[in-house]
Amino acid sequence: MRILAMTRSELLILRRNLWIFMATLIMLAFALALSFAGSAPTGTLGVDMLTISVASMTTLSVYLAPLLALMMSFDAIAGDRERGSLALLLSYPAGRGEILVGKFLAHLAALSIAMGIGFGTAGAIAAWFGSAGADSLVALARLVATSILLGAVFLVLGYAISALASSTTSAAGLSAGLWLVFVVLFDLALLGAVVMDSGGAFTQSVFPWVMVANPADAFRIWNIAASESVALASVMAGAASALPGWAAPLSLLAWPVVGFVLARAAFGKVEP
Amino acid sequence: MDNTNDTRVLEITGLDKFRGTTQVLQGIDLTLRAGERLALLGHNGAGKSTLIKAVLGLIQTEGGSISICGSRPGTGAARTHTAFLPEAVSFHPALTGHEQLLMFARLSGETADISALLQRVGLSEAMHRRIGTYSKGMRQRLGLAQVLLGRPKLALLDEPTSGLDPISRQDLYAIIDELAAQGTAVLIASHALTEVEARTDRIAILRRGVKVADDTLANLSTNAGLPVKLRLRATEAQADQLAQQTGGCRINGASVEIRCAPQDKMAELRRIAALGDVVVDLDMVPPRLEDLYRHYSQEEPS
Repeated sequence: MRILAMTRSELLILRRNLWIFMATLIMLAFALALSFAGSAPTGTLGVDMLTISVASMTTLSVYLAPLLALMMSFDAIAGDRERGSLALLLSYPAGRGEILVGKFLAHLAALSIAMGIGFGTAGAIAAWFGSAGADSLVALARLVATSILLGAVFLVLGYAISALASSTTSAAGLSAGLWLVFVVLFDLALLGAVVMDSGGAFTQSVFPWVMVANPADAFRIWNIAASESVALASVMAGAASALPGWAAPLSLLAWPVVGFVLARAAFGKVEP
Repeated sequence: MDNTNDTRVLEITGLDKFRGTTQVLQGIDLTLRAGERLALLGHNGAGKSTLIKAVLGLIQTEGGSISICGSRPGTGAARTHTAFLPEAVSFHPALTGHEQLLMFARLSGETADISALLQRVGLSEAMHRRIGTYSKGMRQRLGLAQVLLGRPKLALLDEPTSGLDPISRQDLYAIIDELAAQGTAVLIASHALTEVEARTDRIAILRRGVKVADDTLANLSTNAGLPVKLRLRATEAQADQLAQQTGGCRINGASVEIRCAPQDKMAELRRIAALGDVVVDLDMVPPRLEDLYRHYSQEEPS
């Protein structure tokens, strides 16, 4: 009940400041652009149109899902504290965990709407133009679900940052840093290590596990490994084949839980 | 919990709070009974807000104990009994006043008549407008409306009059009186001294984290022994003479001011009456809260 009170209020805010609308628009625009751009090679390769757009949308989602999630969550605690309304909120019977879960549900719902509509429309268009097999529909559903999961990871990490940061501005900065590390720098560093190692023990046994520990890479691996037709010719495809099938799903499912525990602990230390 | 006037709603004993190495609260004892209105006075940084946050369970304290209707601060029961109005309260600008209050009602599990509450604080016309368009005073009224949710046993108001115009202040104190009448213990942290004078039952003064006074206004002034000021107006050109006769001092062309201890007041008045026609008029100025406040907040506690 208290959690839902929090969720309703947060959803109202997200709707009122047009966040849901803008996020959906962004997802839709990118998904459509990739669908039509990806439609060029259709037929020549014997792969259906949706399969190709799912592959490019996976690459897109690795960047966009964390970004959209962090844009919502960095402000969740720091914003209330800066406004001075956090002390009042915490004087109500709702516990800090309940407040966090309430906000999380609202933010997750907003992400789901944006992802569902954006990717769903791309799928519908591909199906409309007559080239979407059952396999590629499954791949699309997996893409939507894993994108939401990936978003959930960065929502809870964003809450942790929001609780730890001294101001909204520093929370925004730290969130940008977090995004950069997980989505860009982590892969670059791994790639560098692989090149230096040139096929040694690190590349064979350690590298895949380090990679799958990053939720963004776990997301990629899950989507690539699960559908063979979406496989990308990269280091990643090789790494994905070296891992057991449960590794990527486990990583992506464990991260939101770990992140939430972190965020709750950080929020518990906040003295408004 | 029965509702007799003897019910102790808030009981603080020996509360200590450190921030780094500085002690911001030092052995605070404070009791608040149902229906009692207590003014908590002190300079900025005296520890008023810290004390309130400790009672709300928002901050950790290092020593002493706080009990709210028998519960520890921060527990579900304590939070259910307590209402809080933060200093310069603010809310999310995208919500309307009605939506914000509805959320607070749901959070506390109350099924209150939101519209009636907002009407009570004078926000009936603005309740469906976004809080972003509200003035400071309107936000303060909205903050007050959430205090009225669900008949709290203890209301903690931190600088409730900041940003309010004089008429709103009158409304505010009328609402505080209503709260107290329904049995809520009200703690008002303030430095708007003249207002709390007539509006509270008891006054506690904090000075650098130490409680230096806690009593009714009448007892505080007796104990402080602050002088009563008698202001005499003399007939034309006789002020100097009058000043010499009474031992007072000239304060302007025709007036003389005499300070005397409260217990000597009557004797002094008789002496003045005996002076005859020289005295045209007389004003008596008892020590006001400002004087008391200055007395208790500057002097070392004995």
